[in-house]
Amino acid sequence: MATAAPERTVKAGWWESFYQGLTYRGYEGHWAWIFHRVTGLGVLLFLTLHIVDIFLLTLGPGVFNSLLALYKAPAARILDVFLLFGVLFHAVNGLRIVIIDFWPHATRAHKAIFWAEVAVFLIVFVPSALVLLAPLFGWGGGAQS
Amino acid sequence: MKAHFKIKRFNPEKDREPHWEEYELEVEPTERVLDALQTIKWEQDGTLTLRRSCAHGICGSDAMVINGKNRLACKTLIKDLGSHITVEPLRGLPVIKDLIIDFTDFFAKYRSIKPYFINDEPPPDVERRQSPRQRARFDDTTKCILCGICTTACPVFWADSRYLGPAAIVQAHRFLFDSRDQGAEERLPVLSAHGGVWKCRTVFNCTDACPQGIDVTGAIAEVKKLLLFRKL
Repeated sequence: MATAAPERTVKAGWWESFYQGLTYRGYEGHWAWIFHRVTGLGVLLFLTLHIVDIFLLTLGPGVFNSLLALYKAPAARILDVFLLFGVLFHAVNGLRIVIIDFWPHATRAHKAIFWAEVAVFLIVFVPSALVLLAPLFGWGGGAQS
Repeated sequence: MKAHFKIKRFNPEKDREPHWEEYELEVEPTERVLDALQTIKWEQDGTLTLRRSCAHGICGSDAMVINGKNRLACKTLIKDLGSHITVEPLRGLPVIKDLIIDFTDFFAKYRSIKPYFINDEPPPDVERRQSPRQRARFDDTTKCILCGICTTACPVFWADSRYLGPAAIVQAHRFLFDSRDQGAEERLPVLSAHGGVWKCRTVFNCTDACPQGIDVTGAIAEVKKLLLFRKL
């Protein structure tokens, strides 16, 4: 008895699949999936960076402190906003997928659930991003300067 | 109105790569894309090749990518698209010619989930009884016409040659949730193996494109849940 699906012999290349993914006119779920993939890779990139920077601690406090100074630079603050976007979107969208997997009836309202997800995302993201960017505009500034 | 059609053409005897060809014709806004394609074939270019059979949305043979989305040409009105219309063959399966794709892989996957009634008990004198509630349990997935629109709209299916695809899982759902059927033990190993339901990433392209309005992603989610909570 066959216990797995038969395999297709004519396969699309990596690039062709990528192109198809971007040119198909999908809706909410399609874009949520693309963003989930991109933010997933982004978070992975950050984790790699984070492991490397924590490892620098083994080279002594001087190296580590100069690295922390680098992270306080204005450009790093903008990167922080990207990180916040990636982690937050991946987390909220992940919760949406969990809800759908454990409660299949939710699929009937999948578009509404997506827009609810966007609302939750924006409510958390916009104020947090403003707090992160505040020192760049000279707002509040006390704790971070 | 004047309609401008851009159609992806491929003749395996002449072309190495598919290319676009453009056609202009007079159409009524209430005509369907299929009508326009047939007019092109009959009046402008007899070599244009496409599948169609019933032309009324039930045989499922004229599925194609119309303006970037999988649709049945016989159920898509020109007035809903505007005057510029692009038509391509479905994605993820090899093109034989123009808008005709090779469904061999699609049907091999369909057969692998045993899409037929399995019950070894001798048939009773009357029919195998089922309550309206039991019938309603799988009603949605009985509507499938096997047009391939869901499977070829799925990014996972494009990229993973092993994935069963939504259509095969919809068919499995139709029998798994039928109270008279006893074939679960034969179907579930295929559905939980590599290429089975766990490949679904809830992209919803299948649900959004299904011409029968089947909640495809919901059916896949129900099969996932069945696998997750069944007694071993």
